[in-house]
Amino acid sequence: MYQSLFSRDLFAELDRLQREARDAFDLSPSIRGLGRGGFPALNVGSTPQSVEIFAFAPGLDPKSVEVNLDRGVLTIAGERQAELPPEENGKEVIHINERFGGRFRRVLSLSDDVDPNAVSADYRDGVLHISAKRRESAQPRRISVQ
Amino acid sequence: MNDTTAVTSNERGSRTDTAMNERGSRTDAATNERGSRTDAASRDPRRSDAALIPPVDVIEDSKGITLLADLPGVPKDKLTLHVESDTLTITGEVSLPLTDGIEATYAEVSVPRFRRVFTLSKELDTGKVSAELKHGVLTLRIPKAEHAQPRRIDIKVS
Repeated sequence: MYQSLFSRDLFAELDRLQREARDAFDLSPSIRGLGRGGFPALNVGSTPQSVEIFAFAPGLDPKSVEVNLDRGVLTIAGERQAELPPEENGKEVIHINERFGGRFRRVLSLSDDVDPNAVSADYRDGVLHISAKRRESAQPRRISVQ
Repeated sequence: MNDTTAVTSNERGSRTDTAMNERGSRTDAATNERGSRTDAASRDPRRSDAALIPPVDVIEDSKGITLLADLPGVPKDKLTLHVESDTLTITGEVSLPLTDGIEATYAEVSVPRFRRVFTLSKELDTGKVSAELKHGVLTLRIPKAEHAQPRRIDIKVS
């Protein structure tokens, strides 16, 4: 498992420890594995009209990223090539090696009111932004009294 | 935390495990970076400049050092590289295309800022640093000063 993507400060580290302790004793993890700490990091936001997913996946070829939506389950998968030189060439020395390299996959399930035909994705500044519109029928509506 | 990969959008409001809610009422999470960050800053100065530490790779060869840093979501104009004597500081502000009325339901990147500081050594030529930012990856090349480049020293045998 890829180690925590970002550590930030003492408070965050304490949070993380607490979370890991909780995860370790969690008797019912998600069926698709543990949630946090994978690559890419995910933020999810919602508006009344849509669900917005931000995947922090720098350094990818946008064409190589696969985004699939199957029965409400969104999968983001791809591969990030390690840019490190081979160990044995002798001319270069790797001092720090923290960046992720290799294949990745993250899965999240969307709510039922998302329209699978109205999902768009773009990639900018290393962030994959997926916007999934909610169905028209699920929008809040004001019903006028006759 | 059994449902972290299964965040449904209609849970909004009731979730307590997003990073935003972890320490009281933080409002500066990346998906919610507008709002009252300045208020939060004035309330709690110790937390106001909190930043994420970006993961880096550092590779050295005979001519210099290459540093790669993951700074997703940082546009070119929000990236600051600062060299002062022998300290290199990388700072970047995350900027996401947020629509109005968005509420964060789940956040792993909970602070919209990256910062990392490195101590350089004196054989590096800080006047000739070159930087490139592409797809959220910063590539820094710091050459070694001419006089510091390696040369083979012949041993004279008398």
